[in-house]
Amino acid sequence: MTRDADPISARRRIAPGLWFAMPATSAIVAFFFVPVAAALALSFTDFDIYAVASWRNLRFVALGNYARLLRDPLFSIALGNTFYFVVVGVPLTIGLSLGAALLLSSRLVRFRGLFRTLFFLPVVTTLVAVAVVWRYVYHPRFGLLNQGLAALGLGPVDWLGDPHWAMPAIIIMAAWKNFGFNMIVLVAALQSIPDNLYEAARLDGASDAQQLRHVTLPMLGPTLFFVTLITIIGYFQLFAEPYVMTQGGPSNRTLSIVLLMYEQGFRWWSMGYAAAVAFVLFAIILGLTLLQRRLT
Amino acid sequence: MKWGLAVFGLSVCMAVSVGCHDRQAEPVLRLWALGREGEVVQSLVPEFERAHPDIRVLVQQIPWSAAHEKLLTAYVGGSMPDVFQLGNTWIPEFVALNALDSLDERLRRSTAVPADDFFPGVFDASVVGGRTYGLPWYVDTRLLFYRTDLLAAAGFPSSPRSWNDWVAAMTKIQEQATGSAFAALLPINEWQPLVIMALQRGATLLRDGDTRGDFRSAPFREAFAFYVDLFRRGLAPLTSQVQVANLYQDFARGAFAFYVSGPWNIGEFRTRLPTGVPWATAPWPAPDGDYPGVSLAGGASLAIFRGSPRKEAAWALVEFLSEPAQQLALYRLTGDLPARKSAWTRPGPGADPSAEAFRTQLERVRPTPKIPEWERIADQITRYAESAVRAELGIDEALHALDRDVDVILEKRRWMMRREAAS
Repeated sequence: MTRDADPISARRRIAPGLWFAMPATSAIVAFFFVPVAAALALSFTDFDIYAVASWRNLRFVALGNYARLLRDPLFSIALGNTFYFVVVGVPLTIGLSLGAALLLSSRLVRFRGLFRTLFFLPVVTTLVAVAVVWRYVYHPRFGLLNQGLAALGLGPVDWLGDPHWAMPAIIIMAAWKNFGFNMIVLVAALQSIPDNLYEAARLDGASDAQQLRHVTLPMLGPTLFFVTLITIIGYFQLFAEPYVMTQGGPSNRTLSIVLLMYEQGFRWWSMGYAAAVAFVLFAIILGLTLLQRRLT
Repeated sequence: MKWGLAVFGLSVCMAVSVGCHDRQAEPVLRLWALGREGEVVQSLVPEFERAHPDIRVLVQQIPWSAAHEKLLTAYVGGSMPDVFQLGNTWIPEFVALNALDSLDERLRRSTAVPADDFFPGVFDASVVGGRTYGLPWYVDTRLLFYRTDLLAAAGFPSSPRSWNDWVAAMTKIQEQATGSAFAALLPINEWQPLVIMALQRGATLLRDGDTRGDFRSAPFREAFAFYVDLFRRGLAPLTSQVQVANLYQDFARGAFAFYVSGPWNIGEFRTRLPTGVPWATAPWPAPDGDYPGVSLAGGASLAIFRGSPRKEAAWALVEFLSEPAQQLALYRLTGDLPARKSAWTRPGPGADPSAEAFRTQLERVRPTPKIPEWERIADQITRYAESAVRAELGIDEALHALDRDVDVILEKRRWMMRREAAS
């Protein structure tokens, strides 16, 4: 009787594939699933500085943190700001990326490699350095932007200090910083569109605009979906830009959900409340992703 | 390959055993000091080690920006130092964590550190629930930095002594200002100026044993209205600290005449302002005749970890660093103002005219409410002050909302007090 035929030892033996997957899986479990589960448990408690002192000070509040979130004026402000950022910022960024990608793929443009590098440069630059430079660009008196506006005869705008302009200023900077990545992805997708489709379209008498509408955009569809999704997810996690540039001000107009979570968790040590904020954000992103998948 | 591994293993064993051996043979006192103080305290320590040959001090410098988090994680991880520097406003939080050793008994026995030699308001900042948890190391408070020439040009030869005079001077300066210049710079994201004004009015900020906000009370409301009015009348610009590109350049070109700041800016103003910019410091004007108006008791204290096995040695180090001679040395190295009055000598801070205003002011300082939630409450105060300044909310509306939000923050504290009362 061979060993393999023995039903008991066969069951005891762990499949070799599992052994191979074990190191990576255990790392993911230990450093991802366990912390996420712990954070979820935390969001049902009022864990704070007093609970660090003694477990006796920890209360199980069930959905109390979530209920408090719904009543918290700061949370609704942060939610509104984040949606504002996503709703305006994502189309702007995608539009910029698509425009730049189409330009770079056009036969009329020279020095394509140079422009591609230049457009991609902001993506790989540290955000803090970028923010420092942009703070000068936005300076109400000496800023480049306002000097440009003055040349056009437009009044000075206090970009980061005016509650109405602070979020647009953040959006412009974020779009400038991020469009390069999407652009590279779209350039690659454009290159993979077979030339014979364009040839066929031209033979049928399609103008450039018609070619864009009926050949390029449909062929880019899946890629556009991908970059839009990635951008939406990234933009919902808006944090570093307002953290460095405005600290959430003026008048909380640039307070984002993640910035609120950071403040609650790491400035005030309301870990339970901060965990609840994190899971609400997760739910929002998950919901939107599912919705988008059904739409396309 | 095998040999390499063996050598590596052996050296690790040796390093570990040597480390352990060292620790047992010579007890090391661990001191955590923050920022610039962490750098310079290294040069004060050798003298202490000469006087106490049986104690070796290991100084670790921690940047201010990471200090609070690092102390908290050290507490949770059980790796607290024996002695550490604490910002005075952090003391209540670490008392709540039960991390600090009470110093009352040692202070009573000590002859080297007489409690009445400290500025009383600052000393009081480290007293929580009737017990002392830290010894002030250096002090700071906030008062007025101003352009003497702009004030004189407005017809005021000396700094204002009452709120009325102050507003009159600012109004005059504002009338004479050209371009985008203002009478005062009060960054909208700083809570200190508003809270100082409220304390001057006699506001308690919180009530019911610090478990509820008291911001609709008359004193706070008056101070709040006064503060908001400074902006609405155009005497101060609506800017936050992050937007001020270069404070010193702006001050030098006369973009503002008054600025509220602390002793760290004495040195900065001296080195960064171009020569010939006339400036001075002055204590706060008072809302009534009782000059000067109170300010905040700031600064840092030295505290001893409750679980330290070397508390006697730790106290000896704290006593040493509080000696007037060491306080003077710290002042010379950093510009930190001494916590002990007997260290205000000439040469020393006593000879510095810019520090003189601080000495006067330090006799009249008060701590902020001594609860761990204070910084969070202060953050809410700035939020609603900004809303009121921008006229998004009326004054009463803002104060109502502030009380409501602060009560939510203090809910846990009320629960803990109720539980304590019940048991």
